[in-house]
Parts: sequence; C-alpha cells; structure tokens
Amino acid sequence: MWLFIFTELLLFAGLFIVYATYRYKNWQAFHLAAKELNTFIGALNTVILLTSSATIAMSITAIQQKRKILAMVLMGITMAVGVVFLVNKYFEWGLKIQHGLYPGSQTLLEFGKGEVLFFGLYFFMTGLHALHIIVGLIFIGFVFVYVIRNRITFDNYVLLENAGLYWHLVDIIWIFLFPLFYLIT
Amino acid sequence: MTAEKKERKEPSFYEVKKHRGIFAWILSTDHKRIGLLYLYSMMTFFSGAAILGLLMKLELIAPGPTIMTARTYNGFFTLHGIIMIFLIVIPGLPAVFGNFMLPIMIGARDVAFPRLNLFSWYIYITGAIIVLSSQFTGGGPPDTGWTFYAPYSFKTSTNMLPAVLGAFTLGFASILTGLNFIVTIHRMRAPGMTWMKMPLFPWTLYGTAWIQLLATPIVGITLLMTIGERVLHIGFFDPALGGDPVLYQHLFWIYSHPAVYIMILPAMGVISEILPTFAQKTIYGYKAIIASTIAIAFVGYFVWGHHMFVSGISNTALFVFSILTFLVAIPSGVKVFNWISTIYKGSISLRTPFFWAVSFIFVFMIGGLTGLVLGSLATNVHVHDTHFVVAHFHFIVFGGVGFAFMGALHYWFPKIYGRMFDEYWANLGWLIFFIGFLTLYFPMFILGIAGMPRRYFDYLPQFHGWNVVSSLGAIVTIMGLIIIIFNLFRSARIGAPAPKNPWGGRTLEWTVDSPPSLENFEEIPVISKGPYDYK
Repeated sequence: MWLFIFTELLLFAGLFIVYATYRYKNWQAFHLAAKELNTFIGALNTVILLTSSATIAMSITAIQQKRKILAMVLMGITMAVGVVFLVNKYFEWGLKIQHGLYPGSQTLLEFGKGEVLFFGLYFFMTGLHALHIIVGLIFIGFVFVYVIRNRITFDNYVLLENAGLYWHLVDIIWIFLFPLFYLIT
Repeated sequence: MTAEKKERKEPSFYEVKKHRGIFAWILSTDHKRIGLLYLYSMMTFFSGAAILGLLMKLELIAPGPTIMTARTYNGFFTLHGIIMIFLIVIPGLPAVFGNFMLPIMIGARDVAFPRLNLFSWYIYITGAIIVLSSQFTGGGPPDTGWTFYAPYSFKTSTNMLPAVLGAFTLGFASILTGLNFIVTIHRMRAPGMTWMKMPLFPWTLYGTAWIQLLATPIVGITLLMTIGERVLHIGFFDPALGGDPVLYQHLFWIYSHPAVYIMILPAMGVISEILPTFAQKTIYGYKAIIASTIAIAFVGYFVWGHHMFVSGISNTALFVFSILTFLVAIPSGVKVFNWISTIYKGSISLRTPFFWAVSFIFVFMIGGLTGLVLGSLATNVHVHDTHFVVAHFHFIVFGGVGFAFMGALHYWFPKIYGRMFDEYWANLGWLIFFIGFLTLYFPMFILGIAGMPRRYFDYLPQFHGWNVVSSLGAIVTIMGLIIIIFNLFRSARIGAPAPKNPWGGRTLEWTVDSPPSLENFEEIPVISKGPYDYK
C-alpha cells in the first residue's frame, strides 16, 4: 500500500512539474489569476479535509480498542465530511463556470495565455483530486460494510488502515494544491 | 510416462482445477496459470502486430504506393508500435516468465498478492481491448506513432482517445505487477536465500519492478493530460494557448526511456540464467552483474533527454544527457564481458536456448553500440528520425528482448509443459529467424545513414536496393517465426516427457516437478549455497 501511495504521489508529481514550469514562465499571470479563486472556500475545504483525516485515524484507534460502534461513527463522519468537500467544490466550480472561466471558454481566451494555463491546471488538478476523493469515499464505504459484517476486527484491520492511508494521501495532495492555487496571490 | 507419474507425489498444476473449462484459467489466482494467460494473450497480439510489420515492409519493397495508401501506412506503424511496446515488450518477460518462474526461483508458493496478480491481468486485457477498439470506432485509426507527440496527438481527427486511454490503463497493470514483485521478493524468499544468494533473473525483475513503479505514473499523468487536451482543450501542450509541446516530450520520455530498461533488464536476467546452465559453469562476476543491473535501472532515469536532441533544449542539457547516455553503456558492457567470461572455458552444450542466448549477445552488441552513435550529439543530428533509429531500437527491442524471450521460452518450455520440444526444428527455426532478422534490420542502418527518414510509406529511388533486401529479410524472419511457434505448439502436445532437470540447471525451478505442482514445493527448501553452484 505504501508503494501504491508512492506511485500516486508520482502521478501528481508530473502535474506539479507542469505547474512549476508554467508558473516560472508566466508568474505574473498566475499571480493575477489566483486572485480569482475564493480563499475562504479553499481554507474551509482544507479544514474539512484535515478533520476527516483526523476522524479516520481515530476510527483505526477505535477498532484497535474493540469499540466497533465508535469506529463506525467516526468513519461515517469521515465520509460525510468528504461529501461536504465535494459539495463545496461543486459550488466553487459552478461559480467559475458561470463566470466563463473554464478551459476552452471564450472569456478565458480573451485573457492572456498564463490565465488559460492557470485555470487549465486548476480544473485538471483539482478535478483529478476530486476523483481521488470519490475513490477514497468508495473505498471507505466498502471498509464500512466490512466492519458491520465483522470482516474487519481489532486483530485484522489492515484494510481499514489502508483506507486510512489512502485518505491521508488525498489529504496531503490537497495540502499542496491549496497554497499553489489559492494562496499565491 | 508411468514411471514419471509414479515419481511425482503431487499432481501437476494443470490437473488441479477449482472451476470448469475456461474458468479454470480466467478465475485462477495461481501464478503459473496467470503467467500462461499472459503468454497466450501476448502470442495473439504479437502475431497480429508481426503481420502489420510484414505488411509495412511489403509496402516499402518498391517506391511509391505498393499495397497501401499513406494513411493506412501511418495507421499501421502506429498500431504496430502501440501493440509491440505497450502490450508485448513492456509487460513481456516480467508478466509471463516473471509470474511463472519468480516464485519458484525464490522458493515461494505464489506471489505476495495472488488476487491482485489476476486483477492486473484483467486490467491488461481491458487496456488491450480499449487500445484495439481505436481501430474500429470514431474517426479512423490513430496515426501519430506510438509516442503520441503533442501537438499532433490532440489536433489529428483520428481516433486518439481510446489509444491513449488504453495505454494509460495498461500502465496500471504494469504498476501493480511491479508492486507485487517487489513485495514478493522482499517477503517471500525461501529461508536461507539472502539477497546475495538470489538468482539473477529475480534480481533483474526486482530492478525492473522498481522502474515500473517509479516511472509509469509519469506517463500515466502525461497521457491523462493529452486526453484533457483533446476533450477539454486545456492547453497544456498547445502553443496557441500558451502551452509547450516540448514539455510533453520531456514528460513522455521521463517514463518511456526507463521503459526501455523495463524491457531489457529481465532479458539480461534470462541470459544470465541460460549461460551458466549450458556452460555448466558458475556465472562470472555475480555481484558485478547485480551492481550493473542496479546501475542501469538508476542511470536509466536520467537519460530521457537523448530522445530530444533536435527538439530545442539548451546546450548544457544536451551535453549532460549525452554524457549520461554514455554512462549507461558501461554497466551494459560489464554485463556483456561477464557473459562472455561465463562461457569461456565452460563445458558448453550446444542446445537451442544456448543458441538464442549467444545470438542475443551478438545483436545486443550491435544494438548497443549503434545506440552510442545516437547518443553522441553530432552524429545524432545526422541520423535523427531516420531508419538508423528504427534499426537501432529493433536490434535492442526485437533483437534483445525478442531473442531473450525466445530463449526463455525454449529454456523453460520443459518446465512449463512437462514435455521436450523437437530440437532439430527448434534449431532450424532459430537459424532462419536469425538470418532473416539480420537481413531485415541491417540494411536499415545503411539506409538511415544515407538519409532515408522513418515513418514514410514512400522513398526516393536511390534507396530501392537495400529496401528490397530488408523486405525479403522480413519474409524470412516471419518464416522462421512460423517454424518456431509451430514446433512449440506441436511439442507441447506430443513431445517426449521432460524430466525434472533436462538441462542440468542449478536454480530452484529445476528441483521441482515438470510441470510444477499447484503449491510448487512440497516443502519449502532451505538455501545454503549460491544459485550457480557448478563444479
């Protein structure tokens, strides 16, 4: 699982390289474009994800202490909070698209090339990240069912731990995405 | 046969079935069955792609349109490249022989994650179907070549999406197989088998697995970005939108150059297994081979720029990439010296796998040395994107990996099927194939230096002569292939029963039954000696 997480990080590393290259070339445009993003929603989402990481970590501890119900509640919170993150993301994207700021749009083409790249990267990277959130939610959902059926118990919780690891990965990628897109103004 | 049957205590893995009919194969998590699943799927794809190659050579037998239009030719070389690279040579040796032999050679009952292993095969097949569907749907077969270079790959009207998506999917299968092997090698070696007592084929698989794991995600994201370009017009690589096509080339080759070492490292491992067995002599410089394996895997990461000498990168970068490329030649040279020294003064038995191994060294040397011609800056400018390049990588990929694959197939055939093959026909097939191979690709070096570019369906009249030679070579090669494959098919059915150890090998796979039982070993052996312990 650690190795798999490593490959996931490398997947995003490719995107970070692209980001770095284009930011180096168009730093002014990136600076201006980042102002378009709502730092409040971004920060909110950061808090949300960090909370969910904490709850999933707590659920692992709960399982270790044989407190099944508590573990399930904590996993439930994680999933609920993950969904809230996606809802936030939906509104954020929706607003951008309403303003005509999406790849290939007419409004965006009227801006400079730097803005085009910034929003292209923004949608692509946060989109891929959202996809990982969805995968993570499904993963935790399966683990949740397993816990109900007692397939995961205090002495056999590797799967839950892996789900937790995956969720932390999703979290840590966001920790990098957040400053790169929201805080560089 | 009856004596043989009495001798074994456990039935062979063919006889133990959990499910009926075809489900015994496609639902099995046994590493041996999965290895064979890969083998049969690859054979199917390979015959298709080989025929495409033959048709392309027939097109080039005379100037002007001979049997196909320019568009068909473009589609053919793209499909030929995609199938051969992504479906055959990258997964080839690890997925087939790695799966079948790795657990046996390190004394394990199966790989670390058997279900994940089967799942990788399903991903592989899904990827293959997606790739092939690009031929029949949408705006015609893709025509970018297997490299999907931007900006053409998102500008062309042909059906790029399935091809790129399929390659992306195949990457996942590759990553999961690599992950599985790393864990298997770390955790499941037999007691007493320290790292320095592990046979060389598992060692090379280990190096390969790390490359698969570390390099494939980059191409994954690159291909995803290409899809994003086509579908969403994001502009990562589109100069009109501020993107940079050269960045695509960087990202693509960051994976695809190490991918060459994914292909060649296990091939080197196979050769390092075959030679000691047929020289009945311990491998020369065991540690040097391991060190050079790791060195190749490591340095191989930093040479991707040599594909881009004429793409417009800075002079410093050119210089550095060229030097690093030369560095890779050193560990490769070390290996060649080790192999030659292994057979020096050995008691050599001239059997089919030995012929394949020796001819591997021959073609690998030609392929490797011409690689240096391409790796030095000045000569590269002259031969860049000519037939010289085509000849070079076919010598490495088809000559190197292909010969090693054939060698492995003949070497382990008795173990896999429990029957010997007919050596007369196998040797004849090898000879015809070898002659055909040289006639097919050697003229391409000359054509390339003379200036014939690659990827054109037509050429100037002065190139005619060597092209005829090359096309005739293609026909001979295919004839050789038919003999080899037909002979193996026939021998798998009616060959003489094979003993446990037909070649006198010393590695663990020769201590188990042919074919092995489901659990490989009745009792996991305890290792106290090195892998090539000959007198």
